[in-house]
Amino acid sequence: MSEPRTLFEKVWSEHLVRAATADTPAVVYVDLHLVHEVTSPQAFTLLRERGLRVRRPDRTLATTDHSTPTDFARDGHGRIVIKDAQAANQVRQLETNCAEFGVTLYGLGSERQGIVHVIGPELGVTHPGSTIVCGDSHTCTHGAFGALAFGIGTSEVGYVLATQCLLLEQPKTMAVTFSGALRPGITAKDLILGLIAAIGTDGGSGHVVEYRGDTLRALSMEERMTLCNMSIEAGARTGMIAPDETTFAYLEGRPFAPKGSAWDAAVARWRSLKSDAGARFDREVVFDAAGLEPMVTWGTSPGMGVPIGARVPEPQGDVSREKALRYMGLQPGQPMLGRPVDVVFIGSCTNSRLGDLRAAAGVLRGRQVAKNVRALVVPGSQQVKRQAEAEGLDRVFREAGAEWREAGCSMCIAMNGDALRPGQYAVSTSNRNFEGRQGQGGRTFLASPLTAAASAVAGRLADPREYLA
Amino acid sequence: MTPVRRLTGTTLVLPNENVDTDQIIPARFLTTTTRAGLGRALFADWRFDASGAVRPEFPLNAPGREAAAILIAGRNFGCGSSREHAVWALVDHGFRVVIAPSFADIFRRNALKNGLLPVAVSEAVHAGLVRAPGATLTVDVEASLVELPDGSTVAFAIEPFARFCLTTGQDELQFLVSQDAAIAAFEAKAPAASPLQEVV
Repeated sequence: MSEPRTLFEKVWSEHLVRAATADTPAVVYVDLHLVHEVTSPQAFTLLRERGLRVRRPDRTLATTDHSTPTDFARDGHGRIVIKDAQAANQVRQLETNCAEFGVTLYGLGSERQGIVHVIGPELGVTHPGSTIVCGDSHTCTHGAFGALAFGIGTSEVGYVLATQCLLLEQPKTMAVTFSGALRPGITAKDLILGLIAAIGTDGGSGHVVEYRGDTLRALSMEERMTLCNMSIEAGARTGMIAPDETTFAYLEGRPFAPKGSAWDAAVARWRSLKSDAGARFDREVVFDAAGLEPMVTWGTSPGMGVPIGARVPEPQGDVSREKALRYMGLQPGQPMLGRPVDVVFIGSCTNSRLGDLRAAAGVLRGRQVAKNVRALVVPGSQQVKRQAEAEGLDRVFREAGAEWREAGCSMCIAMNGDALRPGQYAVSTSNRNFEGRQGQGGRTFLASPLTAAASAVAGRLADPREYLA
Repeated sequence: MTPVRRLTGTTLVLPNENVDTDQIIPARFLTTTTRAGLGRALFADWRFDASGAVRPEFPLNAPGREAAAILIAGRNFGCGSSREHAVWALVDHGFRVVIAPSFADIFRRNALKNGLLPVAVSEAVHAGLVRAPGATLTVDVEASLVELPDGSTVAFAIEPFARFCLTTGQDELQFLVSQDAAIAAFEAKAPAASPLQEVV
């Protein structure tokens, strides 16, 4: 009888082109390479310098998301204008590179354009048991489908374009088991913020994390994506969730999902993608989800999170915490609830899918964004945008006084003109509260779409449970 | 890549923990399409205030510190975004080695591909280096040793292949390209179809 294996070990071993030796790491095959405008130009340059082609254009998919506008201005010919010259050049280079190397691009203006980690799953290119990489740390999002998916740097983007492979040391494994049902008003975002607050921003370092437990089985695919998305914020190589009926139901019928008998064969194969009973992990963590409160961050690292009813913590002599408090302009002992807010951002690869927008709209329906608050709602993809508009969610947002935008990363990374001004406070559904992340001098409270929407109405940090119908 | 076998340089100390790549190079500098010239953006918002004025208290602004080639950093250095621009900015500024108690995984991988040596040391050794800013250290890549100012040495871990690439100036792409036959054989037997064969 063979040794029990983890989900990760199964996917890893199936993609070994060449096992590790004493002198060389393993050569690992990549099933799907996602590409965007910011981390790819220098990789295409590397290919040109070495006289290499893209080995598998049919396993490579590109979109524009990071530096692209979310308020489409058009020129006299109806073309979308990018005001920033450098950003415009970057987007043009991606178009040129994809055309020259034969890579499919769902670029600006395409009805399939959107944040790379939103369009992969919604188009059905994200398959259970596959290996997926992208020059973006939030590639771990795709682990929600039982894929081994992780972010890489631009050098590796070039390597994968040229060879469809990476040289990898085998990471360690870690099991995180969630138990108990989430209470009303508590979301997958609160779950991952709670976990990172508990294990720290390097708690998963060097490990592939498998999320398990009864809490997870009740989560939708969109919620599982939110959870896996922030695995990198715990320092993990990536997160994974074993696929189940929820996964298969989500994928069936999507444009790039297998069809007919190929679908049946794929599902039969995917059913084996779970850790065997008795499989050993290098580290195991158990987390009680039933007692969880809505979470919000107070500092400049995603691990600096507390329940929304808590007070700003004492720095306890920790230099990083003191620096974070100074940057955030907060005093230890102040309640988090009631902190004034200037901007509310609902979007990003963490929380910009239809379910996130429905949750936010549920709070905003029939209410008004506070006068002192600018609220932006940025759908994750053009498809999400169309679906939201078909349901009338755009009307809910507009009538509440929020801005309804085109798809992109927007104020999560503030590369496209959507940015905080120095000193402003934002409640944001994105993934990083680093100094200046949402604009130079801007200050971020990370939270769920429910908390963000409630805070938009209150004009200050608010408990979403007071706004649930 | 230029080979790195042995390197002597002075240290600059930036002891903050969890320094993320948004601090190393803010996202607004990422609209570039080349690797060159990013040193000017290194730690931009810690070196300069919003008006562009120098923040004199920041270690990188101390007189004479431009020459430092070894950065002494805090735990989990380089966390956050996968941007290789962070490594390009450090190298363009003149850093060749970063010594810290630990590194974020993607940053470490990116560093090794650009001849920037990430050296993980114990908290005790780190504390000693933090107390001695401007110290002169020698890093011997082939022997995987750091020679401290007092003459003692500290061993560090580095994968054999990464050390081979650093000391010979070869890169992983050359090795991967040499694996073409094995890759083709894998593709021929692998059952999974391309994910991009759209069936409507």
